[in-house]
Amino acid sequence: MSDAILSTDALTKKFGAITACNDVSINLIPGEVHAIIGPNGAGKSTLIAQICGSLKPTSGTVEFLGQDVTGLSARERSRNGLGRTFQISALVLEDTVLQNAMLGVLGTTGNPWKFFRPILKDKQLRQSAEDCLSQVGLSEYLQKRTAELSHGQRRQLEIGMALTLSPKAFIMDEPMAGLGYEGSMQLTEILRELKKQAPILLVEHDMDAVFSLADRVSVLVNGKVITTGTVDEIRNDRAVREAYLGQDA
Amino acid sequence: MIRERYVNLCLLLLLVAVPLWAHFSDEPFTITLMTRVVIYALAAVGLNIALGLGGLVSLGHAIFFGLGGYAMGILAFHAQTYTPISEWPFLLNGTKSMPIIWLVAIVVSAAAGLIVGALSLRTTGVYFIMITLAFAQMFFYFSISWSNYGGEDGLSIYLRNDFPGLNTLDPIQFYSICFALLVVALLFTSLLMHSAFGLALNAARQSVERVETVGLDATRLKLVAFVLSGMLTGLAGALFADLNRFVSPSMFSWQLSGEIMVFVIIGGVGRLFGPVVGAIVFVLLEHWLGGISDYWHVYFGMLLLCIVLFSRGGLIGMICGRKEVNV
Repeated sequence: MSDAILSTDALTKKFGAITACNDVSINLIPGEVHAIIGPNGAGKSTLIAQICGSLKPTSGTVEFLGQDVTGLSARERSRNGLGRTFQISALVLEDTVLQNAMLGVLGTTGNPWKFFRPILKDKQLRQSAEDCLSQVGLSEYLQKRTAELSHGQRRQLEIGMALTLSPKAFIMDEPMAGLGYEGSMQLTEILRELKKQAPILLVEHDMDAVFSLADRVSVLVNGKVITTGTVDEIRNDRAVREAYLGQDA
Repeated sequence: MIRERYVNLCLLLLLVAVPLWAHFSDEPFTITLMTRVVIYALAAVGLNIALGLGGLVSLGHAIFFGLGGYAMGILAFHAQTYTPISEWPFLLNGTKSMPIIWLVAIVVSAAAGLIVGALSLRTTGVYFIMITLAFAQMFFYFSISWSNYGGEDGLSIYLRNDFPGLNTLDPIQFYSICFALLVVALLFTSLLMHSAFGLALNAARQSVERVETVGLDATRLKLVAFVLSGMLTGLAGALFADLNRFVSPSMFSWQLSGEIMVFVIIGGVGRLFGPVVGAIVFVLLEHWLGGISDYWHVYFGMLLLCIVLFSRGGLIGMICGRKEVNV
């Protein structure tokens, strides 16, 4: 799997006696959506946190673009092109949608050490920010204060923020969380477009979304990947049904 | 709601008109009062960068105010006694020149800001407040025990320092110097707010997680804000010492840190002219209430309580409403 953009090798995280992540080796190859599913407490968030660098693994490595990034901070991994979205939106609420996106562009391509020039007059920066926002369907809301956005729009902005980094891979932690049927349909379409730009590692509870989007699915139970396969394989896997969907499913 | 820029313009006009009126109707005391307003405002404009833009609740800004004061005191003391500050490794003489004194005050404050900031920014919240306070107390007690420069009694400077082409002992001329520096500081803050740095700092105040996720270093942004903030407050300290022609450890006191913070809070945290409003209100009330009762702080405290309870965003917030988002 040398063509993988992102891969983990025997990733393990222990909190005292609890092993939250047990010998996880997964990868993300170009053009795919790789979904991670699993019941609550399976260790999905722990896995994501280790991949993104906010949590140090007890053992194992994370490789990104052919480079071992296990020792890098979350900030450095972002700079390398790992676009993360949060389960609970982490947005700058007092600022406008456009300002949020410009912050993203500033982080990767710009220079934050400019003290005098008004940033909103920076045409290039503004243009890239607006491009990203139009991709997630927020073009009409550029001047709106982020605090005034609906929950669904915040989810869209959350993804737009990851886009501003021109990422080589997306890591999305439950992007559909709290969305209604329509919202999640809309976001599914957005993600379908995004995967053409960069592969997506998707942690998601919304099974309709997962089954319609994912090229591959890994099932995580008690910190361990019990199986990886295509949507059809997973649907028909006995062990998965028992562990995840319940005994009688 | 009145647009903030009109209110700001009115405040600037007020700061020009009142001293001019006082000058022509021969009321030098009013000019001195206004000079205090302007210098306090400058100190608070400094704090506003850390507190308002960076969200850093620093209870140690007296460090910079005091360092600015002692920079002036020490340089002028050696100049008036014709003694060198040091003879080794090279001869260093005192000076009576304001621009040089300002420069020294700013550089020393920046250095202190870098050290205090780098250590304090390892903490957040209440711990940040306490550690900045602790640093200020260190400076306070050091200045008390430094007997070369007056120790507890402070240091008197007989003549106000010189500024090329001006007679600094003339109240209106000294006021003009202070006012000009305040305007420059406000202009600088205004540019800062709308700059790339301002955007990033503002984001770092609200969500460290977000800033780090886009690949920026939140701590470094805040540290730079803290240093810039200290530089302005340091400059104000040098002017304050020149106004009184006296420096004492009280410039390092925690009460002073508190007062500077009160200016910012009364006027409106993070608002460009918040510190100016705060300083005006504080100095005027100190003057009027102080005339009524020795215990004027009680009434002042009640007023402060009302402002904090009933107006989010201080007096500027009360008049102009919520801060406009920049478009």
